[in-house]
Amino acid sequence: MLEMLGQGWSLSDSVSLRPEPFGALAYDFRTRRLSFLKTPALVDVVRRLGGCPSVGAALTSAGVDASEHASYARALRRLADSGVLTPRTVSPEEILV
Amino acid sequence: MTATLDRPTERPSGGRLVDQFEYGLDAPICLTWELTYACNLACVHCLSSSGRRDPRELTTAEAKALIDEFERMQIFYVNIGGGEPTVRPDFWELLDYAVEHHVGVKFSTNGFRITPERAAILSATDYVDVQISLDGATAEVNDAVRGEGTYDAALRAMANLQAAGMKDFKISVVCTRHNIGQLEQFKAIADTYGAQLRLTRLRPSGRGADVWEELHPLPEQQRELYDWLVAHGEDVLTGDSFFHLAAFGDALPGLNLCGAGRVVCLVDPVGDVYACPFAIHDTFLAGNVRSEGGFDTVWKTSPLFLDLRSPQTGGACTKCSAYDSCRGGCMAAKFFTGLPLDGPDPECVKGNADASLGAVDPSARPGTSQDHSHKGPVRHQPVPLTLVTRRPERSCDESPLTGLGAHSG
Repeated sequence: MLEMLGQGWSLSDSVSLRPEPFGALAYDFRTRRLSFLKTPALVDVVRRLGGCPSVGAALTSAGVDASEHASYARALRRLADSGVLTPRTVSPEEILV
Repeated sequence: MTATLDRPTERPSGGRLVDQFEYGLDAPICLTWELTYACNLACVHCLSSSGRRDPRELTTAEAKALIDEFERMQIFYVNIGGGEPTVRPDFWELLDYAVEHHVGVKFSTNGFRITPERAAILSATDYVDVQISLDGATAEVNDAVRGEGTYDAALRAMANLQAAGMKDFKISVVCTRHNIGQLEQFKAIADTYGAQLRLTRLRPSGRGADVWEELHPLPEQQRELYDWLVAHGEDVLTGDSFFHLAAFGDALPGLNLCGAGRVVCLVDPVGDVYACPFAIHDTFLAGNVRSEGGFDTVWKTSPLFLDLRSPQTGGACTKCSAYDSCRGGCMAAKFFTGLPLDGPDPECVKGNADASLGAVDPSARPGTSQDHSHKGPVRHQPVPLTLVTRRPERSCDESPLTGLGAHSG
């Protein structure tokens, strides 16, 4: 799952996030599946994914300590498995950033 | 004064989601919206005592404004029911409006109006799911509860949906003493039509209170149901109905808590907001969507909902080893059977409610605070199981006495 850190991912087009005191609900209008983002920090990371070249870059920009990247990668992997996140084709320009 | 300040401040950070949900959410996850009390049927266990339209029903414009509010609150989908929602002349218009405003809809219907043409439209519409009610895997068992001809109508609707290419629509079954033995047959029907089976609990709500004692599953059937649900896992939906059965052992899939006023609520046809679909009673009335501030304000600030979101005491149940699993069961089931809300569920699998249930004076039960039941017979009158050997009244029989015997069984 750590390979995600080097890949570009973003929130799936069919998924909406709803902020909640504990974090957020993620609803997929296509699959009608509801998922839960259990902390506000994770919500922040997920919202940053689309604007960052890689998951690792999103974590860094959200101020997540490197020692926590692995546990975030596990949480993001679960969201990816349920379709909340979609892999992104990374353009060469973004890689150079 | 804001909702946030009114909230109990003890909300833990992190931890289990179920603990978070007990403190409530900014908007419901599961909102049921009964569009009308009007119904073409007279099911004996109707939890909203539906039948006749209420003249104060929300207008089309009010219903659309409510959908706008759902969209603003990011309520991603609503469960629409009734009554029979399709009898509202603007039902299909409201369905389209909701979908256009990113509010997905799952609606419950008896299937009478799911024609091949409607089925084709539904199949082509994203964000709409259909749930056909069926309370027996045979006409004999189903029609005793739902009315003569309703089994055939439900299966006709399923065939229309399947022919239109609709996948994974739902078949919704209220579990009773007479159909627990038919679970495999229900599953077979669902598989035949490419549908998903949904089993829910019979609540003593609405007219359900009148038949609960004779229809609710027997103790050994509760076990049978639990084992069957465990064996089928997430293939069978339950609407989180059976968390009281978690006391048998492992929890069933779902949240396993009473979501009333926390993650669940009901908006009724006249805009009244109740804590849950099974609690249509003044005691659980939080407000009305027509009031200042609308639904959002009711959800966030009603004293009833804030109280439901504060830590609850388990009362007599806290001494029980299973309390962490079943959480004392269903609030509505306790209320309408006359039991204390902080004690065991009337169907407590440990039998802890048996004594107190036996001691309740039937006349002291809360009863219903609204009743829209038909006052006369309807065309599809329930056919009592005890009378199945008698030829049922013909649906075209216009004698004023038609069906009058139906409630005496």
